[in-house]
Parts: sequence; C-alpha cells; structure tokens
Amino acid sequence: MIERTLKHRDSALWIAAMVHRVSGLALAIFLPLHFLTLGLAIQGEARLERFLRWSDQPLVKAAEIALIFLFTVHLLGGLRILVIENLEWRDGQKQLATLAAALSALVAFAFLVRVF
Amino acid sequence: MNVRLYVWQRATAAVMAPLVMVHIAVIFYATRHGMSAADILGRTRGSIAWAAFYGLFVLAVSIHASIGVRNVLSEWTPLNERRVDACAVFFGLVLAVLGLRAVAAVVLP
Amino acid sequence: MTTELAVSLWRGAEHGRYETYRVPLRSSQTVLDVVTFVQRHIDPTLSYRFACRVGVCGSCAMTVNGKPRWTCRTHIAKVAGNGKLEIGPLENLPVIKDLTTDMQPFFEKWQRAKGAFTPTQTRHDAIAQIKPDTPARKAADEAIECINCGVCYAACDTVRWNGDYLGPAALTRAWTLVNDERDGGNIARLQAIAGAGGCHACHSHQSCQELCPQALNPTAAIAALKRRTAAAYLKGEIKI
Repeated sequence: MIERTLKHRDSALWIAAMVHRVSGLALAIFLPLHFLTLGLAIQGEARLERFLRWSDQPLVKAAEIALIFLFTVHLLGGLRILVIENLEWRDGQKQLATLAAALSALVAFAFLVRVF
Repeated sequence: MNVRLYVWQRATAAVMAPLVMVHIAVIFYATRHGMSAADILGRTRGSIAWAAFYGLFVLAVSIHASIGVRNVLSEWTPLNERRVDACAVFFGLVLAVLGLRAVAAVVLP
Repeated sequence: MTTELAVSLWRGAEHGRYETYRVPLRSSQTVLDVVTFVQRHIDPTLSYRFACRVGVCGSCAMTVNGKPRWTCRTHIAKVAGNGKLEIGPLENLPVIKDLTTDMQPFFEKWQRAKGAFTPTQTRHDAIAQIKPDTPARKAADEAIECINCGVCYAACDTVRWNGDYLGPAALTRAWTLVNDERDGGNIARLQAIAGAGGCHACHSHQSCQELCPQALNPTAAIAALKRRTAAAYLKGEIKI
C-alpha cells in the first residue's frame, strides 16, 4: 500500500515541503541541546572552552555541517511559504525550490571548507 | 492550525528571517577566526545589543518552533487536540527558559 | 510490441486486494476503455463510475499508478510504459466497492466551508451589473471551473493527515464566493475557514495545483484566503 501511495510525491515542491518539515523537526530537537551547551558559560569560561575543544572532533564538526544545511534549508523553505502566501503567484517555483536546496548545500559546503 | 496560530507563526518567521542570516554570519565569523570561549564571551558579556538580538531570537523561536511542532504532532501522531496543545506549550516553555538562560549565561557580566 | 496489457484493479472495499486482468492493447486506448473492457468482457462484478467519458464531468476519477486522474482523459500509452497498470479508487475517501468511493465527506466539507452562495437581493431587484475585468471578478473566474471531481482532494496529503481539513476544492469555491460582490455571507464564510480545518492547515505541497484536470490553482486561492482571514482576524471581524 505504501509504495502505491508514495508515487505521486515526486514533485520538487512536495519534496521542498517535506524537507522543510523534517529540517524543522531536527532543529527543534537540536535547539534545547544548543541552549544547554551555551548555558555552560554560567559555570565559567573554562567550562565553555572545554566544550568548544570537545566539539573540535571531526564527527561533531560533521554534525555541525549538517545543522548548517538544515538551518539554511529551513530558512529558504520558510521564505518559499512567505512568498507564496504574501506575494503574487509566480511560475518557476520548482526551479526556485531546487535552487534553494543547492544554495543550502553550498552554504554547508562553505562551512565544511572552513572547519576541515 | 487556526488563524491565530497562523498569524503568530508567520509573524515570528518573518521576524527571524533576518536574525537567522545574521546568526549564520556570526557562526562563519567565529569559526574563521577560531574564536575561543574567552574570545566569544569577551564580545558578548555586558553587551546590550547581543542581549537584545539573541533575547528576541529566543522568544521568537520559542513561539515559532512550538507551533510547528504542534502541527507535526497533530498531523503525524494519534494524540488528541488537548494533548497536542499541552505538548506544544510545554516545548515552547522549555525553549524559552533554556534559551533565555543561555542568553543570560553569555551576556551577563 | 506487446498486444496485451496486464492491469491490476482494486477489488473489495477498505480491505481487499489488487487483481490482475489481461486486456487487449489497442491504439488510442484510455484507462477508462480498459476498465470498461474488464467489466464488460471479463468480470461483470467490477464496480466503477463514469458518465460523459469525454473529460467534462469528472466522474471517472481514479488512482492510476499512484496518481489521481480522470481515466477517460488518460491515454494508456502515457501511463503503462512497461505494460503494467495499477488502478485503484480515489484516496482520502471511503471506498464503497472496487473503484467507487463515497463522495459524501467531500461534499460535506464543501458545505462546511460555506461554499454556497448567500444572496443579498431578490427577483424584484435590478440585475446586478458585474464587470468581468475587475480584479475580484477575474480572481473568481480563474477559480470557478471546478466540477467536483475530487482529484485535488485525493491528492492532498494535508487531507490525508488532518481529518478536519476542508480540502482544496471546498476552499477554492469559498474563494470564488469571497470575490463575488453579490454575496452577503463573507464574514460567516471567513469565520468558517479560519478554524481548525481551515485554510491555514494548507502546507503548499501543491499536489492539487499540479494535478487539477481543469488547471485550477487551489494553492493560490488558499494563499489568498490566508491573507483575507488573517486581515479579518486582526481587524476583529472574525474570532477564534
């Protein structure tokens, strides 16, 4: 049943909406952790510094690169919605959606180049 | 989702669009300059500007993310309306409390 | 070149199975032709709906290889590339039997969205002079050719995930009435579509707009309704 029902979800715009939702969920899970680590500064600068050093390892950096991608793609997906809902209808949305994904990958790649 | 939640979610999204871009720029700047905790806190401690920026960001995201999570719970889980509302409110409060605590942690002198 | 087509048809109701039939492959054959052949020559117990068979009534809508479409306007050559075809009833609606669905929920939501005209005049008043080129009338005309086939409703994932959601067709009709200057029921209408299953549930997946056989754009209509209801809410004209 599942295979049958998923077949028409191959449009770039459907995928854009799904990526937007999944990235939002991932960011929602990440955010409390992010706030907790920043809160380490309460225990003093050395504590935060220890965490920053710990986060220098490749696996954590890889996760950060993924987060940058999710963050950017969620922003661009949100802009897609704000444009559809507040501006005149435009054609070429599929191309724009694909461009947005590419742009997010580019930003994440730029970050990768910085940290590795 | 209803018109009230919609207005709050879209409004906080619009507010955050520029904040997100600045935050990405901050991340890139910090990593390029290999900033240590001392470097970062040296910039943020006692800064009203950073307090205002990230304070606003935290409040906006608490509202925005909790409404978003509410939608996902409502559409993808069998939880009823009241449970979904409760989860969303709880999540929003968690984000606000932890977030403002984090802002205080880096901003208070 | 094959001369036969293996077609799988849904048999049963909510529970059932796909059964395969072999039908002769002919040129310019439509999916409706194939279903009709099965019912007339192989299995007379097959249930399905059609009426005009020329693409103006919308009765023959079914799920064809995973996409909801009008079967009378779908050529076999376009969908059965490898000689395989799978046909099921429209999704998001209760199945009565085989390929026929119960359209009642679809029409109930039409009513719930206040998709019916609310008159403000009587036969004793002069006929309203509606200019066809005003922005409002143009907006209404662009959205009005809906013939309630249910393809958009079947395609919509928000309908699938949210039982309250009124759906693209009902909301598009509400939009045409919001733009009708003769209609007197707009506050009630905006109120009706501003609640739990209203226009704000739409995530702009745009399956509706991509699959509508009448080339309507429910995504755009719903986006406009989101603006209208938000403005009405902020002005205090409607409440939550």
